[in-house]
Amino acid sequence: MNLREYIKTNTLFLDGGMGTLLQKEGLKPGEHPEGWNITHPDVIIAIHKAYFDNGSNIVNTNTFGANSLKFSKKELERIIEAAVSNAKKAREESANENPKWIALDIGPSGKMLAPYGDFKFEEAVSLFKEIALLGVKYGVDLVFIETMNDSLETKAALLGVKEACDLPVFVSNAYSEDGHLMTGADPLSMIALLEGMGADAIGMNCSFGPKELKPVCEEYLKYASVPVILKPNAGIPKSENGKAVYDVSPEEFADLVAELIKKGVRCAGGCCGTTPDYIKALYNKAKDIPQKPLTDKGLTVVSSYSHGVLFDKMPVLIGERINPTGKKRFKEALRGNDINYILKEGLAQQEKGAHILDVNVGLPEIDEVTVLYNAVFELQSVTDLPLQLDTTNPVAMEKALRIYNGKAMINSVNGKEESMKEIFPLQKKYGGLVVALTLDENGIPEKAEGRVEIARKILKKASEYGIDKKDIIFDPLALTVSSDNSAAKETLKAVKLIKEELGCHTLLGVSNVSFGLPEREIINSNFFTMALSSGLSSAIMNPYSYEMLKAYYSFVALSGMDENCADYIAFTSALPTLSYGDEKEVKKDDKMETETLKGAIVKGLKDKAGKLCCELLGEKEPLKIVNEDIIPALDIVGSGFEKKEVYLPQLLMSAESAKAAFEKIKEASAGEKKGDKSTFVIATVKGDIHDIGKNIVKLLLENYGFNVIDLGKDVPPEVIVNKVLELNAPLCGLSALMTTTVPAMAETVRLLKEKAPWCKTVVGGAVLTEEYAKMIGADKYAKDAMETVRYADFSSNGEF
Amino acid sequence: MENEIFIKTFELCEPDKKEILRYMGAKEQSREVLSVINEALLLTRGRLSPRVCYMILPYLENGDFSCFKLSSKKLEENLKGCRQVILFAATVGSELDRLTVKYGKISPLTALALQAIGAERIEALCDAFVYEMKKQYNLRPRFSPGYGDLALESQQTLFDILRPQTKIGLTLNSSLVMSPSKSVTAIIGISDEPCSDKKNCGHCNKKDCEYRREL
Repeated sequence: MNLREYIKTNTLFLDGGMGTLLQKEGLKPGEHPEGWNITHPDVIIAIHKAYFDNGSNIVNTNTFGANSLKFSKKELERIIEAAVSNAKKAREESANENPKWIALDIGPSGKMLAPYGDFKFEEAVSLFKEIALLGVKYGVDLVFIETMNDSLETKAALLGVKEACDLPVFVSNAYSEDGHLMTGADPLSMIALLEGMGADAIGMNCSFGPKELKPVCEEYLKYASVPVILKPNAGIPKSENGKAVYDVSPEEFADLVAELIKKGVRCAGGCCGTTPDYIKALYNKAKDIPQKPLTDKGLTVVSSYSHGVLFDKMPVLIGERINPTGKKRFKEALRGNDINYILKEGLAQQEKGAHILDVNVGLPEIDEVTVLYNAVFELQSVTDLPLQLDTTNPVAMEKALRIYNGKAMINSVNGKEESMKEIFPLQKKYGGLVVALTLDENGIPEKAEGRVEIARKILKKASEYGIDKKDIIFDPLALTVSSDNSAAKETLKAVKLIKEELGCHTLLGVSNVSFGLPEREIINSNFFTMALSSGLSSAIMNPYSYEMLKAYYSFVALSGMDENCADYIAFTSALPTLSYGDEKEVKKDDKMETETLKGAIVKGLKDKAGKLCCELLGEKEPLKIVNEDIIPALDIVGSGFEKKEVYLPQLLMSAESAKAAFEKIKEASAGEKKGDKSTFVIATVKGDIHDIGKNIVKLLLENYGFNVIDLGKDVPPEVIVNKVLELNAPLCGLSALMTTTVPAMAETVRLLKEKAPWCKTVVGGAVLTEEYAKMIGADKYAKDAMETVRYADFSSNGEF
Repeated sequence: MENEIFIKTFELCEPDKKEILRYMGAKEQSREVLSVINEALLLTRGRLSPRVCYMILPYLENGDFSCFKLSSKKLEENLKGCRQVILFAATVGSELDRLTVKYGKISPLTALALQAIGAERIEALCDAFVYEMKKQYNLRPRFSPGYGDLALESQQTLFDILRPQTKIGLTLNSSLVMSPSKSVTAIIGISDEPCSDKKNCGHCNKKDCEYRREL
């Protein structure tokens, strides 16, 4: 029987717990249950058989933790071989005549993926792929990824399995009491991610009993188009007279799960604490509940690690500012590999209300593949907004799509054969909502009808790749009204036609329309309102633009989508400060001493320092400001810190204020050659993920004019050494917080001494001491950030 | 069945700003620093998910816990006379790490405050858990890998037993760094007689530690 067919019309009964039963048979705490496939096959076969006998259609092999982190390659293969063989024997021995399948069970790796842990995404993909390949080799019928509590790891697992085989894949996540995964994902974001990548069934298991999982389950039933899995625990274990008891009985369990089967759950079983008795009760209760045919919910959605954004009635704002076009300072940041600048640009747009961020880092002279990958990796570690990957380079697109923690927007495809051939396979594999431009080999049709024709062509081609229209959003292209009177009219008409005739969503980059006209924002915002009235779903726009936001909030309120006009009111109350978001009132008693830049920095008033610096730039050379105002202020605070009159928080407040001032100077002098001091490479060593101390050092060094190259955390020795060699850097700072990571520091210092003997090494971190620094051969132990600055200053003056 | 791993979630008490200041390395309160702390506290509101998983195991003396052994004189002293121990792992969750990474990029000062809040919160969580368990048992002071002569490597053993990865989302990397970073694992002796559990740094030999509490 074909599983994919069977599930369309039937309820699929899954198995119940394994671990609890093995404990009863004598499995000790800390012992790997997977080893029992080999040492106690009879026990395992009996458990599988009991599930088949009592109504399970699918049993999962006893391979939850079988991976190459826990077992050697040889052991792993033996375990999976034995596990599959045990399940097959149970199937043969069971007299039950229901259709039966064997699922390769895959649990989480137990590691946290980067950047929050040290497990690299591609390593995780390989780990899961290896397991799946073994499962295929020994003949499982499907793969069951379960109890995943991190979205990115879930993606790695599904990707690994998909790259290994074409078997059906079920994916089930473990939700916390707050209805999110441990690392933040809500049901909609997981549904978007997993359906996008082609999982055959998705759902939830473990964590709690059926009662507690009900709300999560209902979210799945509301949004998911593929079959929904429910595999709860037998309640919550409670300690009764020193004994652990699960608090939901088989009958209660069966009642609760059957209720949810009636509401649409298609794959049901149990997790921790459930036994064949639970499955028996469930099977008897639910076997006659009829299943309605599966229907596609037709939702257009993208997601981040935390939430999904639905393209529905509410227009979606996509921030356009992460894009170097026409921005000097942005280009400079890209060339200087200044990812932080991009991150701030992203966070600022989020604050202004963007729902999605467009990410375009294309510059001819940079390595776009690497930069886009880094930008996505870093952006998704600081913002929870979904990203729109914007590149014409298919290699860059694929690399970014792989690592993306969710279902991304893909910008873009168009009606050209070549474009569709490049983009659709990527979209099919990684999931995504693609922006489709209504142009082809013959350019952009003048008339709306012509653009709709291209849209039809794109839809047809997409369906050949198995991509549904819900995952395509059309951009009918806003053209310049100053060069063609009817340009805006045709675009608006196309928006309407695409919505009405094709039932598809639309998107526009509105600002093109005003090209060549004065006061462009007036035209842009009014065109935006007109487009929204024509049914536009989304705009790529500048969230800093007052006028655009006014148009947006007014439209939403006027079309009845803003309950009590609350969003509109909130927006207007923020209006006076909208264009100067950073301004805050300075308290009266600070007034005197903070009227100068120097005073503002000493006092640690960030916004004030930035503003005063802007004013000073009108009167004074940038370099003079640095030498006469900023550096002296930093010195006052720095020496106070050394004398223990000023504490770390105050030092940082001043440092951040100085940085705000520097940022203004940078903006003013973007493009000019800078008189930087020496290059200083810094990193947290391999295996260590603590970087607060390192970031503080970086901030201070930058303020003192050093060109700081921050390699981040968990950086292997070779990477650090290669960077030092590449830049011929005279200084390198290393940070380690744990005794277990100090050896990695020692190795880095050793390698530096060997390959780059000119480079002075400065080390620091909680567990380090002067003595230890000497022992590993570092040139300098710095007890705090100020000491690093002093040493760097001293050494770059050539006084050794 | 003693081997079951239990999970508990907690509503924590209000944060202790004095402790947060101490973790930030600020020896005195200034209005500016307090306002930084208040802003950081606002950022963490609703973003912490304090969870503990634990189990109760027999203890046979001399670092022998029947299903595993630990070699540490200090721990043995701490557990002397106990016949059972509580093993637990606690975390305030991964959202705080996200916030800290985010502000590490835009404001190291806020990041410093966030990590100090994390330190204070995880201690508060451990205290809340111990308080809860004390309703049933007499408890010795908790003892973690890395304390005294208990090697950090014993962390791996505790992870094998407690499996906090699937229970509370707590993982261990190859250098024995935990993620989420604001997390604790520890062993607590269950004793027949009541025992004093004053918070102190008495068992630690690092006398020059800037965080050392006065005895």
